[in-house]
Amino acid sequence: MPSPVPAYAPDAAGRLAALSDVTASDRALRRFLHGLPGVDAVGLEARAAGLGTRSIKTTAKAYAIDLAISMIDLTTLEGADTPGKVRALCAKGIQPDPTDRTTPKVAAICVYPDMVATAKEALGDSGIHVASVATAFPAGRTALPVKLADTADAVAAGADEIDMVIDRGAFLSGRYLEVFEEIRAVKQACVRADKSVAHLKVIFENGELATYDNIRRCSWLAMLAGADFIKTSTGKVAVNATPPNTLLMLEAVRDFRATVGVQVGVKPAGGIRTSKDAIKYLVMVNETLGDDWLSPDWFRFGASSLLNDLLMQRQKLSTGRYSGPDYVTVD
Amino acid sequence: MAFEYAPAPESRSVVDLAPSYGLFIDGEFTDAADGTVFKSVSPSTEEVLAEVARAGEADVDRAVKAARKAFTSWSALPGAERGKYLFRIARIVQERSRELAVLESLDNGKPIRETRDVDLPLVAAHFFYYAGWADKLSYAGYGPDPKPLGVAGQVIPWNFPLLMLAWKIAPALAAGNTVVLKPAETTPLSALFFADVCRQAGLPRGVVNILPGYGDAGAALVAHEGVDKVAFTGSTEVGKAIARTVAGTDKKVTLELGGKAANIVFDDAPIDQAVEGIVNGIFFNQGHVCCAGSRLLVQESVQDEVLDALKRRMATLRVGDPLDKNTDIGAINSPEQLARITALAEAGEAEGAQRWAPACELPSAGYWFAPTLFTGVTQAHRIAREEIFGPVLSVLTFRTPAEAVEKANNTPYGLSAGIWTEKGSRILSMANKLKAGVVWANTFNKFDPTSPFGGYKESGYGREGGRHGLEGYLDV
Amino acid sequence: MSEQSRLSVFKTYKLYVGGKFPRSESGRVYEVTDSKGGSWLANAPQASRKDARDAVVAARKAFGGWSGATAYNRGQVLYRVAEMLEGRREQFVREVAEAEGLSKSKAGAAVDAAVDRWVWYAGWTDKIAQVVGGANPVAGPYFNLSTPEPTGVVAVLAPQDSSLLGLVSVLAPVIATGSTAVVVASEAAPLPALSFGEVLATSDVPGGVVNILSGRTAELATPLASHQDVNALDLTGASVDLARTLEEAAADNLKRVRRPAPEDWSTDPGTSRLTAWLETKTVWHPIGV
Repeated sequence: MPSPVPAYAPDAAGRLAALSDVTASDRALRRFLHGLPGVDAVGLEARAAGLGTRSIKTTAKAYAIDLAISMIDLTTLEGADTPGKVRALCAKGIQPDPTDRTTPKVAAICVYPDMVATAKEALGDSGIHVASVATAFPAGRTALPVKLADTADAVAAGADEIDMVIDRGAFLSGRYLEVFEEIRAVKQACVRADKSVAHLKVIFENGELATYDNIRRCSWLAMLAGADFIKTSTGKVAVNATPPNTLLMLEAVRDFRATVGVQVGVKPAGGIRTSKDAIKYLVMVNETLGDDWLSPDWFRFGASSLLNDLLMQRQKLSTGRYSGPDYVTVD
Repeated sequence: MAFEYAPAPESRSVVDLAPSYGLFIDGEFTDAADGTVFKSVSPSTEEVLAEVARAGEADVDRAVKAARKAFTSWSALPGAERGKYLFRIARIVQERSRELAVLESLDNGKPIRETRDVDLPLVAAHFFYYAGWADKLSYAGYGPDPKPLGVAGQVIPWNFPLLMLAWKIAPALAAGNTVVLKPAETTPLSALFFADVCRQAGLPRGVVNILPGYGDAGAALVAHEGVDKVAFTGSTEVGKAIARTVAGTDKKVTLELGGKAANIVFDDAPIDQAVEGIVNGIFFNQGHVCCAGSRLLVQESVQDEVLDALKRRMATLRVGDPLDKNTDIGAINSPEQLARITALAEAGEAEGAQRWAPACELPSAGYWFAPTLFTGVTQAHRIAREEIFGPVLSVLTFRTPAEAVEKANNTPYGLSAGIWTEKGSRILSMANKLKAGVVWANTFNKFDPTSPFGGYKESGYGREGGRHGLEGYLDV
Repeated sequence: MSEQSRLSVFKTYKLYVGGKFPRSESGRVYEVTDSKGGSWLANAPQASRKDARDAVVAARKAFGGWSGATAYNRGQVLYRVAEMLEGRREQFVREVAEAEGLSKSKAGAAVDAAVDRWVWYAGWTDKIAQVVGGANPVAGPYFNLSTPEPTGVVAVLAPQDSSLLGLVSVLAPVIATGSTAVVVASEAAPLPALSFGEVLATSDVPGGVVNILSGRTAELATPLASHQDVNALDLTGASVDLARTLEEAAADNLKRVRRPAPEDWSTDPGTSRLTAWLETKTVWHPIGV
């Protein structure tokens, strides 16, 4: 195995092409996906729970909190979003804690496509990416041309990253190749006029895929189709990111790199609200994937309220006092 | 590694250790008749934790007489009242579980993560479960009015000191027996704290007697003519000696002895979970587990995949201070045990198996052994036949289910086995053919008070746990 | 201040439905009197058919979680009920003595027996499956295992004569195995049952697992017996005539029915009240490599 390359690197396409036989037809793809090892739900959940008992204290906690802040895709995805709201969120992302300039900035601001330009402008040269959901987020229930136009529009407006949703209906009815082709088409739509490419995160909506076997199959399907990141959920349904379903995706990117030589990132989203939760996820990354994934390039949190809890914990570590919601900014 | 976990030590101050402890006989702590004492040492630091009275023959006699005396009124109590004592004990164990967990980790060397999350919850659950049987014995399937046996002499090992105590004492008391229990010489402390739990529960004097001591005290207890029932968990060698001792007497015996379990991984197994099961099977409690999955039988077609994943996983195991909440593998219980593990591992190398262990730094004081695996092991190797009772895994391969069964059963032991496959019918077929008292499928090292545990062949006889566990304590 | 001069505070007795203590939606109450002298004790809520309906909804909602809890967990919860009841022994001795016209010592014995009955059933939660279930040696290459499962929502007419011990004796076996209950308290002596709701609320029993109604037994039993989302019916507290009518109504969706029979609440309860509310599920699975 040659040394691994990032999914967004030019060589990645060649490595994926080497597996073109498994994606040559619906039947071949189904055979491949159904041939992946099964997932024992009880064992998976026990492992995730076991990692959740790690006790992260003092210096380790300080490290983890700063790392977590730097991995946040600070998100607002509401019908009520306004340019003012988005600008405020961008300001927060650049300088999360106005009382402490050593606080790291977040990884990205995640918005709907029509807010991309506003966010781009507000973020300026801060280095923070603009991520845009697309493809008729969150349900994905429109025709492909609409999804592609949605994507192209966000990219044209300056989005650095696209968070697409898969067609869960197609996946659940076994039309895997259709899902595969759709991801590939969206990836094409991520190419900018100058041939540079917006990074593509593929959202599975694990809560709707329902079984762990489906989540593993979907992980491989999305990675084969060229996903730069695989993402658990939209945050809009009852079950979002959970430690076990994220652990399963971490195992999938680990195995994918080992067999294909392409490294893909993971983004749990929805329901991660406390520092304690975030640290549990970082422990999972640490013990499943190690250093190679412990950076915002390879692991993200899709979250909104998580940031303030991390900031309060950070203040607690630096001052020794418990902080309160009046000492972090509300945006 | 970028993400290094800072030390996360559990506080020692939750345990108030006295400098010395006596024998617990007839509701009181007393010195040994001959005044001898021994020291209990922390295997992770070699520090002396406390001095403990060492029971001898005279003390055994005294304790058995106290238990005999208590038996009359204890067995005459309505079952519901006996049950309520046991419920009290269960609740007090739950209340004091943090203290007891820390104590157990100190005295035994096992990680606090395990004492906190496994040992103590199971101890409380075991008492809770058998408490409920005390007034339901007529429903247990042993006749309309089954009677207790009398005085139970119980000898337990050092690997799960308090849990083995619970397995012994809970069913004995529920059935109406009284107890003289000898904990292992390297781990006497939690049993002595349990004596204090009995005091808080108001348990009548003499119903439970605790005799810390060595093998001589155990032998005297087993041989004592006032003992009606012998229950032993420990080595097969001692188990056989006990079986000889009680020959020709009316003593009822249950023995839970050694094992050399096969953990069988088929090519259609859920690999990630199988790897967790292999790790848990052999490295749980430093491998000081009679039912440990010490022989990995992996189907040849997935051998490389499984071994790669296993090694990667083993590299993340954290060996060290048992009181650190992030420790996965603690200290070996005693220098004697460490010497035995070391000798067998050396024999494995000498006989031609390939040894592998992840890079891991071991503390300088205390008794330690890195998690180790041997590949290229054959049925003829000592490490495939003898119980190592340490964190050492022997890997063998097979090609067909029949071969897996043959190899798994090719041992004088028969305590437990594991099967990993997504195919349900194969699980059941394998389970039928394996000569083992407990068969885990797609899991390993699971214990529950409702589930009978015990072995075939030289792994002993009798079952502990569940409805079946009552039989050994009833005159049926 | 001398003892005589202090005026005591009366308790407003309320229903216990879905973990909350509502008044009857009907706004009705009825007078509950001392069984000996006929003097006024309290006004109890006179629940309506709508209260009964709400109670069934609450019981159904609670069924998934309660039946899905481990038997060990249910045992711990039932034992917790015993602990909490023991702690309020004095209150219940007084209420039972007033309700049933018993001496203090007889009422005390009834309360003690009620506590012990919770302990008895706490012990059964994780044993009944081993006693009534098991492997079946079918003639073929199949694994075949029968296990008991809770039937669902059980409507219980508590005995009229034994306000606490009787109530506990019919209620505990329903919830021990994972079913949930709607209980109609003794019509003439509902106060201990209503107070018992407070014990349940401060134990670890999830809201809705037990719902307690007071009122006219016949008025409440009729909608419960015909309710299509009730799985079983315990007629212990029904008169012979009422029981027959209710059993007929229950036939409509084939509710499991336990008929009234003479009972001695002080004797060994056996297992029949556990098995009455259990379904047996048998699973077949092939055995083969």
